Order: sequence, then C-alpha cells, then structure tokens
Amino acid sequence: MERMRLVSFLFSVHLSSRCPQMQFMLLFSRQGKLRLQKWYVPLSDKEKKKITRELVQTVLARKPKMCSFLEWRDLKIVYKRYASLYFCCAIEDQDNELITLEIIHRYVELLDKYFGSVCELDIIFNFEKAYFILDEFLLGGEAQETSKKNVLKAIEQADLLQEVRHMCFLKAFQGQKHFAKQIS
Amino acid sequence: MPAPIRLRELIRTIRTARTQAEEREMIQKECAAIRSSFREEDNTYRCRNVAKLLYMHMLGYPAHFGQLECLKLIASQKFTDKRIGYLGAMLLLDERQDVHLLMTNCIKNDLNHSTQYVQGLALCTLGCMGSSEMCRDLAGEVEKLLKTSNSYLRKKAALCAVHVIRKVPELMEMFLPATKNLLSEKNHGVLHTSVVLLTEMCERSPDMLSHFRKNEKLVPQLVRILKNLIMSGYSPEHDVSGISDPFLQVRILRLLRILGKGDDDSSEAMNDILAQVATNTETSKNVGNAILYETVLTIMDIKSESGLRVLAINILGRFLLNNDKNIRYVALTSLLKTVQTDHNAVQRHRSTIVDCLKDLDVSIKRRAMELSFALVNGNNIRGMMKELLYFLDSCDPDFKADCASGIFLAAEKYAPSKRWHIDTIMRVLTTAGSYVRDDSVPNLIQLITNSVEMHAYTVQRLYKALLDDISQQPLVQVASWCIGEYGDLLVSGQCEEEEPIQVSEDEVLDVLEGLLVSNLSTPVTRGYSLTAIMKLSTRFSSLNRIKKVVSIYGSSIDVELQQRAVEYNALFKKYDHMRPALLERMPIMEKTATNGPSETVQTNGETDSTILDTKHLPSISQPASQANDLLDLLGGNDVVPIIQTTVPTKPASAGGELLDLLGDLSLTGGPTPTPASSVPMSQPPFLLDGLTSQPLFNDIAAVIPPMTAYNKNGLIIEFTFERSNPNPNIAVITIHATNSTEADMTEFVFQAAVPKTFQLQLLSPSSNVVPAFNQGSVTQVIRVLNPQKQQLRMRIKLTYTHKGSPVQDLAEVNNFPPQSWQ
Repeated sequence: MERMRLVSFLFSVHLSSRCPQMQFMLLFSRQGKLRLQKWYVPLSDKEKKKITRELVQTVLARKPKMCSFLEWRDLKIVYKRYASLYFCCAIEDQDNELITLEIIHRYVELLDKYFGSVCELDIIFNFEKAYFILDEFLLGGEAQETSKKNVLKAIEQADLLQEVRHMCFLKAFQGQKHFAKQIS
Repeated sequence: MPAPIRLRELIRTIRTARTQAEEREMIQKECAAIRSSFREEDNTYRCRNVAKLLYMHMLGYPAHFGQLECLKLIASQKFTDKRIGYLGAMLLLDERQDVHLLMTNCIKNDLNHSTQYVQGLALCTLGCMGSSEMCRDLAGEVEKLLKTSNSYLRKKAALCAVHVIRKVPELMEMFLPATKNLLSEKNHGVLHTSVVLLTEMCERSPDMLSHFRKNEKLVPQLVRILKNLIMSGYSPEHDVSGISDPFLQVRILRLLRILGKGDDDSSEAMNDILAQVATNTETSKNVGNAILYETVLTIMDIKSESGLRVLAINILGRFLLNNDKNIRYVALTSLLKTVQTDHNAVQRHRSTIVDCLKDLDVSIKRRAMELSFALVNGNNIRGMMKELLYFLDSCDPDFKADCASGIFLAAEKYAPSKRWHIDTIMRVLTTAGSYVRDDSVPNLIQLITNSVEMHAYTVQRLYKALLDDISQQPLVQVASWCIGEYGDLLVSGQCEEEEPIQVSEDEVLDVLEGLLVSNLSTPVTRGYSLTAIMKLSTRFSSLNRIKKVVSIYGSSIDVELQQRAVEYNALFKKYDHMRPALLERMPIMEKTATNGPSETVQTNGETDSTILDTKHLPSISQPASQANDLLDLLGGNDVVPIIQTTVPTKPASAGGELLDLLGDLSLTGGPTPTPASSVPMSQPPFLLDGLTSQPLFNDIAAVIPPMTAYNKNGLIIEFTFERSNPNPNIAVITIHATNSTEADMTEFVFQAAVPKTFQLQLLSPSSNVVPAFNQGSVTQVIRVLNPQKQQLRMRIKLTYTHKGSPVQDLAEVNNFPPQSWQ
C-alpha cells in the first residue's frame, strides 16, 4: 500500500507540474551511505527513506559500461560517479537528460573550486557548505546562476558574513546597492 | 555545563564507530546532550547543535525534536544562525508538518531584510519547500522582488515565482506585469531564470501563451538572444567547452518549442535560428549534444518545414553512431517518439537501430527493441524478424516476454506466408517458450486452426519439439492442443511441407501421457494433455488405452483433472453417441477484437485453467450438476456465447410473453439469460451444435432457396438457409431485415416461436436499428432443431419504433421451402 501511494504521489506530482522539474538530488558513496539529499517535492520522511534506499540499490547495481540514464518508476534518473561519490538526479519524463549531466558536472566543479580538489571527505565534514553551494546554484530544481564565478563569489561573501558578529556592521558599507555591485 | 562538542568533532567521533550498535550509542548520547541543551534555551550553541542534528539526520536517525529549534534559528539576527536554521527547515520541515507555517512570518521579514544574502536565504527556502498557504501569503513579496534592480535577488525571485505558480496556479496572473522587460536583462542568471518563469507560465496557461506570442513578441526576442549567444566570441564567464552558456541556450530552445507548437508564424520565425544551431553546434562533447538534442526536440514539435525535420532526424541518426552510449540512448528515445510521424525518415536508420540490439546497455537494448518493432513493415519483415529472433535468443529474461509478444504481433500483421508464420511461432516457442505471455497460447491456437493447409506441418513440428523439451509450458500447451486436434494427420504421415515423420498412435499417446505425469507440467498443461488424449479417441483406433488413461485420472488429486476425467468417462459410457460430434475438429475461429477467453469466463476464481478452458470443448467451469455441466460443456465456446445472447432492449420475460400470446405454438421464443432454464437436458443434439459457431458450414446452403418471411409497412424480412453440417436436423436460418421507408426503425426486436416438436434458438442480432432507404440490414441467426422432420412453421413477432411511435406486429411464416425441413 505504501508503495502504491508513493508511486501514485510521485506520478501525481509529475502530472501537476506541466513543466518538467528536477524532483530530487542525492549524493551517496559506493557503500550506499547518503552524503547529501535535496528534495524539491514534498514527501514524508518515510517515503524519502524508501526512495533513497531503493534508488541507491538500483544505481549501485549498475555496471560501469552502462549509460548514465535509467528509468525508475515514472522518472528518469541521471547519475554520474565522481571518484567515490555518486551524484544522482531524478528528472521528469520531458526533461533533457544530457543537460542534467551538465548540471551535475557544474555542481562538482563548484565544489571543486570551493574546497580545492574536492574529495568525499570534504563533503562529509562540510556537508552544510555543500548544501549552501547547491542552494546558490539551484533553486527549486532549476539553475539560478549559470556563471561559475558568480556562484562562488556569492558563497564567498555569505561566508564572510558569518564572520561578522552583528549585521549592523553592514550598514557601515554605503548602502546595499554598492555592496551588491561588489559581488555581482 | 561544558560547551557542546563541535560539529566536525562529532563527525569524526561517529566515524570511528566500528559497528552499527556503537554508532547508535554515540548518536543517542549526543542526542540526549542536544536535547538538554535545547531545553535550556541556549542561544549560543543552538546553531552548532542543530547542525549536529542535521548530520545525524542524514545518517538516518530521527531529528524531529529539532524542528522548533530551526524556527528559532531562523528568527535569530545572526547570519550563521539563519543559514543553518533555513537549512534545517528545508531538511526537517515540510508542508506536511503544521509547524512549518510558523516560518511564514520569519520568511516574510527576511524577504525584506537589508542584507541580500538573508533575502536570498528566504527566497531559496520559499522556492524549494514553500507550501500553498505560505506561497499565498508571500506571493506579493516575491512579486516585489521580481521587480528589483538587484540581479542577485531578481533571479532568485523568478524561480521562487515559478514555485509559487506550481503550488498555486491561480496566482500566475499577478506575476505578469513583472515579466515585462525581463528578457532585456544582460545578466545571464536573470535571463535564465526569466526564461524558466516564462516557460512555466506558457505551459500552464494557453492565454498566457498567446499573450506572450502576440503581445510581447517573445519569439523574436528569444531568437535574438540565442543568436547572440552563438555568434558572440568567447565569454569566459559562461563558457563550457567552447559553448557559451549552454544552460541558457537549452532553456531558450525549450521555450521556443512551446511558443512554436501549433503556431505557423512563430515556427517560421524560429526556423533559421534552429537550422543555425543544428548545423553549427560543436558535437565533440556532451554539452554540444545536449543543445542539439534540445534543438531536435524543438524541431520535431513545432511546425517546421520538412527540410528542417529531415535535418533533425539525421542528427539523431548521427547520435546513434556516437561512441557515447548516453547519446545513443537519447537518440533511440527521441526516434521512438518520432517514428509515428516521420516514419520514412526513421526507416533510413533502421540498420543502425537494429545494431543497437546488440548493445551492452539494458536501456539501450530495450529502446532499440521497441523501435525495431515500430519499424517492421511488409517489406523488411523477413530481415527484421531474423534480427529480432536472434535478439530473443540472447536477451535478458526481462525482455523475452515483450519481445515474444512483439514478434507475434509483427508476424501476424506482416507474415509473407503461412509457413513462415508458423515457423516463426515455432521458433519463438522453442527459444523463449517459458516467457511467452499466457494470452499468446489461445492466440496461437486460433492462428494454427485457421491455417488449414498447414495443420499437418504444424502438428509435426510441434510433436518434434515436444520430443526435445517439455519444460516450456506455452509450447507444450499449444503442442498438446494441436496433437489432440490433428493427431490423425500426424500418424498418417501427411505432411507436405517437409519430410513426414513416421510415428505410431502409441508413440503419440506416450508423449501425451508423459506430459500428464511429468513434474515439469503445470496443472493447466495437464488439463490440455488430458483433453488432447480424449480428442484422439475419435481420431485414433487405440480406444482402450485412452479409456484406461481417462479412467485413471478420474481419481486424480487435482480436482480439475479429476473433473475432466470423470466427464470424459461419462462420454465413453453414457454419451458415447455424442462423442464423435463432440470431439470433432474445431472450426475456423473468428478473431474477436479483444481476446475471447479473457472476457467470457469467470468462475470459482480459477483463472488460468478456466480461461483456457473456453477454448476446449469438454471444459467445465462450474461445479454444477452433471446436467448443467454438459450444458456448459458445449456452451463454453469462446467465439460466440451461444446461450448467453442478449438483445439490448429485450424484456426479460420474452419467452413467457410469447407463450402467453401464442397459445398453440410453443416454448422458447427468444434468448434467455439462464442456460439451464431455457434448454432442458433432453435435447443434447441441439446443444451439440452450439459448438460450431456461426453457420460456417455452408455446403448445402446454396441448395435451399431464400424466402421472404414478412413484408409489410416497408419492413421486409428475408430468410436465408444453411444446413448445419453434422446434424441435418438443424436448419440454420439467417434473417435479413431491411427498411424501405424514409425513417429508421429503431429498437428493433425480432422474436420467433415454433411448434412443440421443434426447438428454436435465437442468436444475437447484428444491431437493433434497421436503417431507412434499405441502407443496411439487421441480421440475426435462428437455429431450428427439427428431429421429426415435420413441416417447419413459425410465428414471428416484430417490435420497433418508427417515426417516434412504437410498432408491433405478429405474423405466421408458413412458406418455408421443403428443403429446409426435409
């Protein structure tokens, strides 16, 4: 029953959004340990766990020579392995798989630039940063910024803000606009 | 209270755990510490604690007690707190929790914050997980931000608006003003997100779509932007392998697709740019191919000129030859979508597609298989079938069922010869016999039955196949059925197509009995083989052996088998006179639109055997009395449910009515729903002919002249005759009702009654409307049993509606030609 509900829910989400969207992104290790999960559709914790478990199993079972796309339920899964991490996106039927591969690659590049030759350990110990970077790159499953430089600059500035004890210090800068100009 | 340990510290500690139990212990300890820290309302370390909680949540441990803490963090003034708080909200809270609504106010405040990064956090959170209520409350704020000049915020607001629209489509209108001039932005982030927003609006609302097409003239703007992207030189900021901002290009192409679909002007306006993109894009890397792919999809969807379409299909053809399997996969998927509309163009790539059947990747193989089936036609059937059969041999078990079904379908449609068809079926049964779908068995049986000239060849091949291997049930079932039917041809060595084999009756019976006892045979298969053995009793001479087998199985543990055996036994004993007729050759079966068996039967939940039973003569559905059993025995014909005929407007008490009105004439006036009541046991000969479906044995038809039974008020009813072949006592009359008036006769019902010495059965009419001006006729079959060979008389009653008023008429038909009853 749970499975039926889950499947029908995913299906209904697919039907209701006429523009295809990315439904979720998962990062997991070769041992199947989850390193990051970003959900762009509302699902219960139980459902998320179930999907994660099943998908991880399915992807890990794929042989190296197979292509990066697979059909799973009524979604398309685009995945790519970078070193010991699998990057896995679920997109809808009408979406472009090849550009999704590019999205994944761009995210990896961003992580790489930020951490300097990123490896799985970086993602493990700085998972919150991985999320911050992702949230600066994608919003609601879509790319919000196509310039690598701009994403990284924004993260840099936001990181700086963390150092600032109180945000009133920002008033010292001459107005918001100038500040914004410096980073965009 | 010592300061809670740092996040990295915790991660390090947990990773040292060697067992799951150890890890769980550490986590529980830390969770307890965190809980007490939360209880103390510790502001300083809240952020750290929630971060740790999020880590443990990722490991799979429950973290719901941190939900409220996330809200507190969001409300904090520190940026670090807000960052973690919003992250926590996105991970732990979703719209199913009531708590999430508490976020709304915080988000509202933060959307108006003086720091753009805080605004950004709020926009991001709202755009990822905002519920419908939140979206409704905050749509206004989002709309405001959509109009800001700050590009950092504008791009986020655009995607946030997309989410709002997805959640609350009615709010789409309010974002319309803000979309003006979105495309005149220079900032690529804003451009990209704006295109996404416009796409969402156009997809959802046809009004929006036409507004953007006509009023805003979106197409020329998009074409211009796309052109700039392609023509402009190297732009380091947006370059990916030599292509300028592929993400934006793809999104623009997608929006163009929506704008051009079904619209000639728009399609024309984008023709050139599409051709340009298609020809100039670098194809060496995935990124270029991603753009080409999107271009192809767009070309195929809009009203593009044929040259452009051919260009698109050729791109897909090139994709098929690409080394990158992802590209091949994508090509096959797209070709599958276009094969219906651009069939000839896709046909040109057939050989490449067929080669993909040998690919290692499962998804590619599946697509290639589907595409191959779509491309099969009368010209290439032989070549394609060779490849497909080879594929069937070597493919994964998951594919075999689909492949087999596809082959059967294709063979049925395009078989160049009957022999080829039978050979192909044989090949499928022997190579993938166990994967063949259940419904293939009756289909194949029907096919074989109807290929009359191939019976001897077929049964011989099937027999040989059985000698080799009895493990594949569908093969065994079809084979036993055939042997049962055509065993006489087998032993008489009549095969023309190939060297006839010498086989004796005993050998055949050995094989069939072997199936009965084999562990490999399913109960269904056993049923088939027992029936086959029984049928051979009229074709072979070794009656005693058959009788013995049948009587042994009368005490079988398998209830189905037992029942059959007992009934066959009864056939040998009490009803031996019926046996020849009962077990005679099956007639040509008409193909029903959907599979006969799956519609007709249903009984005590035994699906498998009973579904197949309807194809068999002595097959029993209900464990009713012996009497009814024989009834169903013969009524269970798959093609035409003889007993169960229904005339749409016929009242239930038809028979009774006639009885009342036509005192001296007798009985069964028309079709009745319950077999038992309408046809009493004492007329087996009549029931017998329930077997032979529609009158197909027309040998004597020509001899009996037709007659006009009724001619009044423009309604003419003609009777044509056929003699039912095995039983000369039955006359099969087909009535043809025509209407020469200027108005249709609707709700037309024909009823008939015959004298006591006769038996009558009325089958379903072809329709109940007799069209005006003799434009068509209603036909209906009547079977009259006349064992005493008395002169045929009939009273008929007609009811119909003509020009709005009901009409009813009675008439006697006495002018039957002598040949019809002598």
